[in-house]
Amino acid sequence: MLKDRQFWMVACGLSLAFLVFLLAGHPGFREERVVMFLAINIMAGTLVYYIRLAQRGEDFYLRTIPGLKAVEEAVGRSTEMGKPVLYVPGIMDMDQVETVAGVIILGHVAKMTARYETSLNVPVSRSIVMKAGREIVRESYTMEGRPDLFQDDMVHYLTDDQFAYAAGVNGIMVREKPAACLYMGKFYAESLILAETGNSIGAIQIAGTASQAQIPFFVTACDYTLIGEEFFAASAYLSQKPELLGGLKGQDMLKAFVTAVILLALSLRVFNDLGWIGWNVIDFLTVQ
Amino acid sequence: MIIGAWISVFLTLAILSYLYKDNLFYKVAEHVFVGISTGYWTSMFFWTQIQPNLFGRLWPATEYDASSLWYKFYNVFGVFSSVFPEGGIAKGHDMHLIYLVPFALGIMMLLSVSSKLSWMARWGIAYTVGMAAGLRAYGFLNSNVIGQIKGSAFQLVNSNLPYFALVGESIFNNFVILIGTITGLMYFYFSREHTGNFGRLTKVGIYFLMISFGASFGFAVMGRISLLIGRFVDLIHYSSSTYNHATLWILLIMVVLLGYSAFMDKSAPIEPPAK
Repeated sequence: MLKDRQFWMVACGLSLAFLVFLLAGHPGFREERVVMFLAINIMAGTLVYYIRLAQRGEDFYLRTIPGLKAVEEAVGRSTEMGKPVLYVPGIMDMDQVETVAGVIILGHVAKMTARYETSLNVPVSRSIVMKAGREIVRESYTMEGRPDLFQDDMVHYLTDDQFAYAAGVNGIMVREKPAACLYMGKFYAESLILAETGNSIGAIQIAGTASQAQIPFFVTACDYTLIGEEFFAASAYLSQKPELLGGLKGQDMLKAFVTAVILLALSLRVFNDLGWIGWNVIDFLTVQ
Repeated sequence: MIIGAWISVFLTLAILSYLYKDNLFYKVAEHVFVGISTGYWTSMFFWTQIQPNLFGRLWPATEYDASSLWYKFYNVFGVFSSVFPEGGIAKGHDMHLIYLVPFALGIMMLLSVSSKLSWMARWGIAYTVGMAAGLRAYGFLNSNVIGQIKGSAFQLVNSNLPYFALVGESIFNNFVILIGTITGLMYFYFSREHTGNFGRLTKVGIYFLMISFGASFGFAVMGRISLLIGRFVDLIHYSSSTYNHATLWILLIMVVLLGYSAFMDKSAPIEPPAK
């Protein structure tokens, strides 16, 4: 466990400095938010620790996610059929974490389409997403040594309006008949409209979203669906970059930690209700 | 009013005609919808955000001074009087020069039209992503992590809750939620194979997820059905003589034209799904 001596030295140093600050009257520190302070520090510390481990060559096991393996198959299928790949990065802006994840995955998909010389079509509904999408697709094509295949209008703007965008994407689907449709981002009520149309044209469909209300529609109409965390883990899986894999391992550790804290909080509440201890965990967990 | 009803009926039926196949009516409705909404949102963003909230804070009417250099610069744009009215922009704001930062970022986004300066647009993207990540991290941590832990530490003893209830809160239901939360978390554990006892627990987790997805699906479908009923109610309403039987006439014309088109286009049967 104590594999990163430098990390532990810095962590102990900071803890000691904080202890001194605490004993010295801790001016400006709001005690009623101590739970948030602890949460941020534990999470940041865990992630930094595992990212450092990964960068130092530690090998982490990651189970396979069928939906991610299918991404390359979908691009391959499009190549064989000579049809384009349609990529929909959701309908929200870059201030949504799902859209950011969707644009990152777009970069990996663009690398595959550049490698296989398959055409890529990315209709977007936000101007900043269009710009970010173009930048990442251009970079992917350049990294694959095929900047000649990149065209600006691979990533093109349709409209900001939700259902007008859905109508526009549907039109693209029925006219261009892409062999693979990838929906990766934040979606709302248009999710089923898109996925049903993709299904009707016989495209292989892979969706990824953390929008809880839309996952059922994608599960119903798509071949593969990346649910919540699986979607956020996708870029680490696809890139196999040590820092991203380390971050994924760190998140797993945090999930185990949160599970333990849930059980501990429940036990402490029971003990408090029975009068065995005089400390209310609910007050502690309430961020003022 | 009657023209509006006819347009509404035409667009509704044109979009619904997509259920038959991609056709001219759908294409017209789609392009009208996309084009109008693009123009509408562009105009909306400008007149509800950029003009009042950005320009309105940079050149507010409350601090107008025609002799100052800042407002002399403003007056240069006086030819666009609807955007830059004489005497400053009266939208109830004071002057906040910090808004020069988003103004500059916006200009940098526009510079992407130039291939030499397009790199500047990255600053705006970086700001948006970085700002959103920092701003939301606190909120997500509070509501999705700490809030979930707090919600899971339910009252087990000295509680007025019933032990079992089919609807509403009960101790049994709280336990179900607790098990669902923990096993659901375990399902999203990536660095361990889902085998053995751990695999059984994750299987419980995925059952919980699927049940919640099923409930959500049913709920959303009910909402969609009510939307469809709403559209049909409108179509039935517009089929009355008050609107010169708009629905019936447009439906008849569409069916005739689509039928004629299908009759003439024998070489292109509807393709079955390729899968």
